[in-house]
Amino acid sequence: MTPHPDTLWRTPRPRRSYDVVIVGGGGHGLATAYYLARNHGITNVAVIEKGWLAGGNMARNTTIIRSNYLWDESAAIYEHSLKLWEGLGDELDYDLQFSQRGVLNLAHNLHDVREGRRRVNANRLNGVDAEWLEPDEVAKFCPIVNTTASARYPVMGATLQRRGGIAKHDHVAWALARKADQYGVDLIQDTEVTGFEITGGRAVAVKTTRGTIAAGKIALAAAGHTSVLASMAGIRLPLQSHPLQALVSELLEPVLDCVVMSNAVHVYVSQAHKGELVMGAGIDAYNSYGQRGAFHVIEAQMAAALELFPIFSRVRVLRTWAGIVDVSPDASPIIGRTPVENLFINAGWGTGGFKATPGSGWVYAHTIAHGEPHPLAEPFALERFTTGALIDEHGAAAVAH
Amino acid sequence: MMLIECPHCGPRDENEFRYGGQAGVAYPERPAELGDEEWAAYVFMRDNPKGWFHERWFHTSGCRTWFTVHRHTVTHEIRP
Amino acid sequence: MNFLFDGRSYTGLPGDTLAAALLRNGVRIVGHSVDLGRPRGVFSAGSEEPNALVQVGADPMVAATTVELHEGLTARSLRGRGRVDPAAADERRCDKGYLHADVLVIGAGPAGLAAALAAGEAGARVILVDEQPRPGGDLLNSRVVLDGAPGQAWAASAAARLAMLPETRILSRTTAIGYYDHNYVVAVERRPGGERLWHLRARRVVLATGAHERSVAFPGNDRPGVMLASAARAYANRYGVLPGRRAVVFACADSGYEAARDLAAAGAEIAAIVDPRGGPDRVTGVVTGVVTGVMTGVVTGTTADGDGVLDGVLVGDRLVEADLLAVAGGWSPVVHLFSQSQGRLRFDEELQAFVPHLSAQAERSAGACRGVYGTAAAIADGLAAGRQAAELTGFAQPVPVPRVPESDEPEPSPPAALWVCGDDPAASFADLHRDVTVADLARATGAGLSSAEHVKRYTTAGTGADQGKTSAVPGVVAALLGTGPGTTTFRPPYTPVSFATLAGRDRGPLSDPIRVTAMHDAHVARGAVFEDVGQWKRPWYFPLPGETMEEAVERECRAARTGVAAMDASTLGKIDIRGRDAGLFLDRVYTNLYSTLPVGSCRYGVMCTADGMVFDDGVTSRLADDHFLMTTTTGNAAQVLDWLEEWHQTEWPRLEVAFTSVTDHWATVAVAGPGARRVVAAIAPEAVDLPFMTFTEFAHGRVFRISFSGELAFEINVPWPYGRAVWERVLELGAVPYGTETMHVLRAEKGFAIVGQETDGTVTPQDLGMGWIVSRRKPDFVGKRSHARPDTARTGRKTLIGLDTHVPEGAQLTLDGRMVGHVTSSYPRAVLAMARGVGEGQRLVAHDGGREIPVTVVAPVFYDPENLRRDGDPFVQGGVSSFEPVRHSPAGNFAARFEAASKERVRLREVPFVPMWEVRGQDPGRGLRLGPAWWLVTGERPEGGVEVSGQRTVLEISGPGAREVLLTGCPIDLHPSVFTGHAQTSLAKAGVILERVGQDAYRIYVRSSFAAYLSEWLLDALTAYVASFRK
Repeated sequence: MTPHPDTLWRTPRPRRSYDVVIVGGGGHGLATAYYLARNHGITNVAVIEKGWLAGGNMARNTTIIRSNYLWDESAAIYEHSLKLWEGLGDELDYDLQFSQRGVLNLAHNLHDVREGRRRVNANRLNGVDAEWLEPDEVAKFCPIVNTTASARYPVMGATLQRRGGIAKHDHVAWALARKADQYGVDLIQDTEVTGFEITGGRAVAVKTTRGTIAAGKIALAAAGHTSVLASMAGIRLPLQSHPLQALVSELLEPVLDCVVMSNAVHVYVSQAHKGELVMGAGIDAYNSYGQRGAFHVIEAQMAAALELFPIFSRVRVLRTWAGIVDVSPDASPIIGRTPVENLFINAGWGTGGFKATPGSGWVYAHTIAHGEPHPLAEPFALERFTTGALIDEHGAAAVAH
Repeated sequence: MMLIECPHCGPRDENEFRYGGQAGVAYPERPAELGDEEWAAYVFMRDNPKGWFHERWFHTSGCRTWFTVHRHTVTHEIRP
Repeated sequence: MNFLFDGRSYTGLPGDTLAAALLRNGVRIVGHSVDLGRPRGVFSAGSEEPNALVQVGADPMVAATTVELHEGLTARSLRGRGRVDPAAADERRCDKGYLHADVLVIGAGPAGLAAALAAGEAGARVILVDEQPRPGGDLLNSRVVLDGAPGQAWAASAAARLAMLPETRILSRTTAIGYYDHNYVVAVERRPGGERLWHLRARRVVLATGAHERSVAFPGNDRPGVMLASAARAYANRYGVLPGRRAVVFACADSGYEAARDLAAAGAEIAAIVDPRGGPDRVTGVVTGVVTGVMTGVVTGTTADGDGVLDGVLVGDRLVEADLLAVAGGWSPVVHLFSQSQGRLRFDEELQAFVPHLSAQAERSAGACRGVYGTAAAIADGLAAGRQAAELTGFAQPVPVPRVPESDEPEPSPPAALWVCGDDPAASFADLHRDVTVADLARATGAGLSSAEHVKRYTTAGTGADQGKTSAVPGVVAALLGTGPGTTTFRPPYTPVSFATLAGRDRGPLSDPIRVTAMHDAHVARGAVFEDVGQWKRPWYFPLPGETMEEAVERECRAARTGVAAMDASTLGKIDIRGRDAGLFLDRVYTNLYSTLPVGSCRYGVMCTADGMVFDDGVTSRLADDHFLMTTTTGNAAQVLDWLEEWHQTEWPRLEVAFTSVTDHWATVAVAGPGARRVVAAIAPEAVDLPFMTFTEFAHGRVFRISFSGELAFEINVPWPYGRAVWERVLELGAVPYGTETMHVLRAEKGFAIVGQETDGTVTPQDLGMGWIVSRRKPDFVGKRSHARPDTARTGRKTLIGLDTHVPEGAQLTLDGRMVGHVTSSYPRAVLAMARGVGEGQRLVAHDGGREIPVTVVAPVFYDPENLRRDGDPFVQGGVSSFEPVRHSPAGNFAARFEAASKERVRLREVPFVPMWEVRGQDPGRGLRLGPAWWLVTGERPEGGVEVSGQRTVLEISGPGAREVLLTGCPIDLHPSVFTGHAQTSLAKAGVILERVGQDAYRIYVRSSFAAYLSEWLLDALTAYVASFRK
């Protein structure tokens, strides 16, 4: 029994010109279109997608939502996003299967403990709910986690964000697409952008496999393919595209009712509504657009998972896949203007883009509509790499999912 | 698991190596004379092509040699 | 064989699958569907099963069609979802294996056997992987006659010929689950004690994976009693089980006739054969034999008894009574692995199936998996594929070509282009496992979805445990969209794989290498509590009986401040740096100057990344004009060596300098406290008068006078084998052992920052208050330019401060409500923090877990700010006895266990205390060449050699089974024709040099700190091998 509505979106032909053309019909592109219409009344908008809507990272991520980032700038934008999540299903009139079941980040050594406590305290001062759990409290919150001291890397505590959780990725994308479509936004699939028309330093049109489309403003929302598009406009970005693998198990009766993440042993896991365990690990080290990774990454991930959850010994991996994530030097996004006038960028979300979907769309729509960054986006401008004012989330979370 | 030809040890599994990103990015002769933007370009900007890419690999588990590989970032094919 | 299913006891036969045994016992309902709860029965006879999913012991969900029956097997039915049973212990022990081949053949059906024969007889190294307990593929299920004999005889003789070929290896019960880049195939072998995950690298791959019969979506096509025709045939022929007494065959493809013939031969009544193509008059592929009651048409529905089990089949308005409906919907070539290899598929209109189109890797498909049907044709195709693969890998010599046998099969005719029929889409299942009906799919396309991927996601079709292998979804969706079936992406694994299989031996203590120092056993004996630092186990503190951690640390600190205490500092990274330009090189990577350091002196240095942030620190000593010894932090040792080599090789290759890791060679005992001189004098009298930041050689190593505590302190470096003896001697002389916690207290009291604790990748040396260490005289060093960027050069950045109040580490600091920093290190008498815009005397609020604690900023030095303690107590001449340390080898403790585990086929021992040297630059003319200009030499000291005798130990494994043990953890090709000398690689996730020293003998040179871990691993591998050989 499908939980989806009977009507989703039109399949329009592209028009000759739009006020805004968004390149990339993933979660962020669709959220941007939605908020352009909803918050700024801009509806003469096209979203150009080279494949099927939300078929890239939106279809491939592990759907974890949290806002417990270390630095003030990150906490602000992710918490804004989480607040939007809390009302999004009602607003879009779609069951997003958004479940605030709590996200545990396990600590396995003294360093983890110190950094975890630091993060909890910073989060609370930034208005982000956060708690520190001692090992016995971890065992109570998630009884199937192996908290015995004899583990190779014993659990020494955990941070907990109770408002964190998961949502169903397709539902989110489709809900945003449906609402954007209702506002009059044209969602144009199977259409690839092949270049930009730039006159006098100003972007005026996108060239596509279905002809040239004039645009008042052009907004890139292409995740792993951002570098490729930007280079068509002559822009070099501090981004590298890497495979990020994930996997699901077969369907299981309910066994895990929270999200568990561990940076030290590189694994994160939750159980989706239908019953499959959804898991991910770290990125593959090399640059790739291949949407596949190496198997040894999966093997290491499952070994790590079993250290945390010996009970899953005979659970079976059903399917593995990879997305292409665009990673910036400080593991933080790049949002704002570019050296080309009227061409905007929102990229570099790396491994953490899904949770940011509404927040990212919100601030990007504002940035496009006003021609200058939303206050929450301002610290994430491209210029930070020149001034050195990085927002380095590596130190706090080796895996910033 | 890609098979990477180390110039000294021969073909080995990818996980014997460390990835080093774009090849041929030279350390500037006189960093002090560079503007902030030029310096940022050296530190942070790297090509990220979809297609053939000259990239560095380091045989950490073997002979510890850095070398350049010409690899396609979609097919992962490696050219000699 | 007795077994239990849902609590009831049944009997099956050896060789039965659980599905066959259930059918043998007349069990029709084996589970219920996931959403609708409809009863479901066995649908297939293989791993493509969508219905018969059961829980077996610790296995939450497996296909009954793949479970080999054994005495006492206990299974429970499921409702589409697995059940994790916390009480069911998983006793299986899994491992891994690494093999290399010229030609890898996947599938041992007619095509695969033929390909393996053709390649193997040409002399190629061949691996043949097959899912079934024995070779034959579909020949095991069929009654085809080849050269006048049963097809199985042909398969058996082909397998026997393969078994004679010395370079051919057949892996039965082994499923290839993934095809990755560069011809890397991963396969799961089901072994008696647990699975082995094979990693197979082949120069050429022949895919002979066969085809799955597919279903047709018609009303009531999910009832128990509806089964694939090929499955009905397999149960009748192979297992001697009649899946029904009165059968209707829906023959959209020729296989329906074969099933009808074989079911009839097995005693079933064939009530009707329904062929949409028009029956024997119009179809060539009809086997001779029972062909009666053929109806032209389609099945339009089914009827069921009170339990929901099939009791009738509707063909238009005619109802045919039947308890079995065998559906031959046509064949789907098994293109999963081909697709995973990035090969492109195309849809073949005549075959109504996806077939391989363009290869992306060095592979070729053969037989049914590329739509070549019929046994003789498949064998011919396999022979051609095998021959071609052999030729392409250099085995072109003429050999007798295996002959294609004569087959009794008729010429195949195309299947009906039929995916859906009947007029009740809500009762017509396109995907049985996911309970997706034609109506569901229609609703998806009706909602505006035009992409097959969207339709799959809208409905979940094709996403089940069977990945829709037998489903009618592609054709149904294409019909709804009015397009041809779009290409599908198949993702690994081909069949589900348990987590345990993927983890292999990497469980519990072997889940990650454990690194220990030369003194580890002594620490364990003293009851040390350990801390994990990277892979190292470091003593955290040494509690006496009844002591709390606080008490122990207080006592350890007191000893270091007032008497003498000792710490095992062996885990610090140590890098021997040699060459004419060594000083110049260090000037470029450290922020301060090293070229001016006098020989015999030590200097503390900080390294930055190009981004200007602190990356590592440590003391580097000048041993000679062209010779330095660098120390690094424990956690960064490997990264720093990589870093140095990267800068040298890729930026400054002309600098004459070479780096040798000596971390494991040197065991380090730090002796600290005002009384340290007395202890050191008893071991190295030379060191008594050492000035601060200098070192001296002594009989067994070196003594450095450096201090991380503010007290008089020495670091005694001796080669690994002497480490334990020196440690014990130091303690005998009165030093109190202390761990990392006390080290942290002592250094924090002195205001010394720790990389990774005070720093987090966003901190410059200037931020740490160490502007003094950043040379202004040098034109450049790595990171210097970044310090001049606007944000990095500005005032008001976070800096290192002290606080007057003991608040927990990680507490955040606010000033007037603004967050300004956090507490990085906190002990009763010393609190360090990083904060911006604050000065001494300022009042801040510390926030921890909801508590607010007022604190005041103080100078970040809490102990002896004038450095008066540095020189300790003067030396008082005493009775100094000579020190003759005994040696301990890194695997010395394992000697008895090695001896006990060694058996005739494989033996294991340590070859201890081998003198070893590393040579850079000039070829020493002997030893093992490790890199372009890098050698490991044993025995006599070579010219210019760096002594590394303690860096590694040598383990030796020998005997005819040695290679089989090694290949469970070593990824390189160990075949004797390839691996003739030595290689530097990894074994069980530990870096090793592997040297072949005889026909069946190997030496493993392993870092001393990994020796205990690797010894445990080898014992485990050896024991498992010996056990499997017995079986």
